[in-house]
Amino acid sequence: MRKSLFEKVWDAHAVRTLANGQTQLLVGTHLIHEVTSPQAFGMLRDLGLKVAMPHRTFATVDHIVPTDQFAEPYRDPLAQAMMEELRKNCASTGITFFDRASGKQGIVHIVGPEQGITQPGTTIACGDSHTSTHGAFGAIAFGIGTTQIRDVLATQTMALGKLKVRRIEVSGKLLPGVYAKDVILHIIRTLGVNGGTGFAYEYAGEVFDRFTMEERMTVCNMSIEGGARAGYVNPDETTFAYLQGRPYSPKAAQWDAAVANWKSFASDPGCHYDDVVKIAAADIAPTVTWGINPGQAIAINESIPDAAKTNVVDEKASIEEALAYMKLTPGAPIKGTKIDVAFLGSCTNGRLSDFQEVARFLKGRKVAAGVKAIAVPGSQIVALQCIAQGIDRVFSDAGFEWREAGCSMCLAMNPDKLIGDQLCASSSNRNFKGRQGSPTGRTILMSPLMVAAAAVNGSIADAREVFAVN
Amino acid sequence: MALEKIISITGPAVYVPGNDIDTDRIIPARFMKCIVFDGLGEFLFYDVRKNADGTDRPHPLNEARFKRATILLSGANFGCGSSREHAPQAIQKYGFKAVIAENFAEIFLGNCTTLGLPCATASREDIAKIAAVVAQEPTAEVVIDVVKQEVRFAGQTVKAEVRASARDALIHGRWDPIGELLDGLPAVQTTAAKLPYLAA
Repeated sequence: MRKSLFEKVWDAHAVRTLANGQTQLLVGTHLIHEVTSPQAFGMLRDLGLKVAMPHRTFATVDHIVPTDQFAEPYRDPLAQAMMEELRKNCASTGITFFDRASGKQGIVHIVGPEQGITQPGTTIACGDSHTSTHGAFGAIAFGIGTTQIRDVLATQTMALGKLKVRRIEVSGKLLPGVYAKDVILHIIRTLGVNGGTGFAYEYAGEVFDRFTMEERMTVCNMSIEGGARAGYVNPDETTFAYLQGRPYSPKAAQWDAAVANWKSFASDPGCHYDDVVKIAAADIAPTVTWGINPGQAIAINESIPDAAKTNVVDEKASIEEALAYMKLTPGAPIKGTKIDVAFLGSCTNGRLSDFQEVARFLKGRKVAAGVKAIAVPGSQIVALQCIAQGIDRVFSDAGFEWREAGCSMCLAMNPDKLIGDQLCASSSNRNFKGRQGSPTGRTILMSPLMVAAAAVNGSIADAREVFAVN
Repeated sequence: MALEKIISITGPAVYVPGNDIDTDRIIPARFMKCIVFDGLGEFLFYDVRKNADGTDRPHPLNEARFKRATILLSGANFGCGSSREHAPQAIQKYGFKAVIAENFAEIFLGNCTTLGLPCATASREDIAKIAAVVAQEPTAEVVIDVVKQEVRFAGQTVKAEVRASARDALIHGRWDPIGELLDGLPAVQTTAAKLPYLAA
């Protein structure tokens, strides 16, 4: 029988069917971080259980680390306590911890691929909804809650119901100045923030065939913003080339066998999909959000929606709620909206290629007066690569603050936060109310180059115009 | 480990209207700087319930007449966003025993079930009927019947679906799967041995 990658990976990792009909699913790789794991270790101790496969569990610290302070203790004693708890839990159970002193620390979804831990045909779980990122490698990767982290720690499995599979094909070629971030914002805008509930998304088509691994990661990362718990791209030569030579990748003697095995997981041509959606690349423009969820997005040249122009009750209410919070004018262009902060980073867009692409255009330009701009590499390795290529200097010279690796202002569990109702042009993944740390703070999501354009312009702008992209 | 069989939930309800209520709104990230879940209840919906100076904003949970509510009613796509279990933990620790919404985000629903917190889906019209009764009479008893998949209130009965796997787990007292997962450990080894990346 022809199968999709999702079904193949699922079947290979299905241990048995549980009494309630869910599957006991083997989790090949468990990634943990400081925010969602301490309670799970506590539960484990309360139950007198051990970590089943410490060698398949990897930890790093990302949410709470200050990006302007390396030395401990941190100014925030709660952050320091979480750091120490993770260190203690890893040391006592034999889990590898990519601590800041290792030089390999970073956002968990950047570290896994960077180390070659994320591999095709595997299952991955992490107490973080953006775990879907790892699907870029043809892995099936799930965000899980803390009780499930306990389950995975104790048994290397979890109880899960099988998802349906929706194939999303993006055909043709993206226009200049249109990036992976625009592709996923466009997909979420089209299918809705809960359109993917119950589905895994298989991303395919010429656009994905041509995408680099980092671009695929950007798209898979935001699957959950469309309601899909997992998203993936079938593994191909791009995937294998990325993985070759990484610390946890199979070594020379095992490499060919591993690649052959990985290839066998790719979806069979003609396999069944529960749904198929086709999108033309040419229809995708640089996209920005205007509201309080990632589906509330428009092309940069469109106007902000007007509740008066719709008769759909739900839509009316959600536009009104969003615009009241965002303090934006219905029907006005989004272009020209003044910004206070520009944030470049996160597990969505904090990788080397994101900084390289921006640096190409930012050289010689200056951040507008009154705008606070911060650039936060997603990992210590990304930071080092940027420094080696002089990219950090381009950002500093332009007026960006160049920071240490971490989640930073994506979710503000660290000192990087919006103040009051500041408006932030952000390369992150969520524009929820209060997401960036101030209960009235406002977020507009966009690609890294659009963030740079907004920073330089002092307001939301079309990067193609600001930087003469063509 | 014997768990309670969750057959039905009975209590007063409160309606928190809105679609796409995300887990950042349910529990803002700054309250996740903790290594235990205790005490999260008081921060439930904090930023929509409180002003910057800590005084109350207009919100159903701030109304004295709804203080005893144990059933939370809301709109579509409830619990979207982050996988933080802090969200269902805050809801449970605040005192809620069940949630009724038009539908739920995937990870949130799973997290709730594992805590023995039933998530029942009902149509918008039916949620409006329950909300109307509750608004008139906040002490009205609302019964979520997990077995029959219905909600009974003020002499009315409406349909309320509970996902099959969750319903089974709740009514048979196996909503926390740890015991069953541990029982499967020998089979886990067998499955792992067949996978090159785990067998090595």
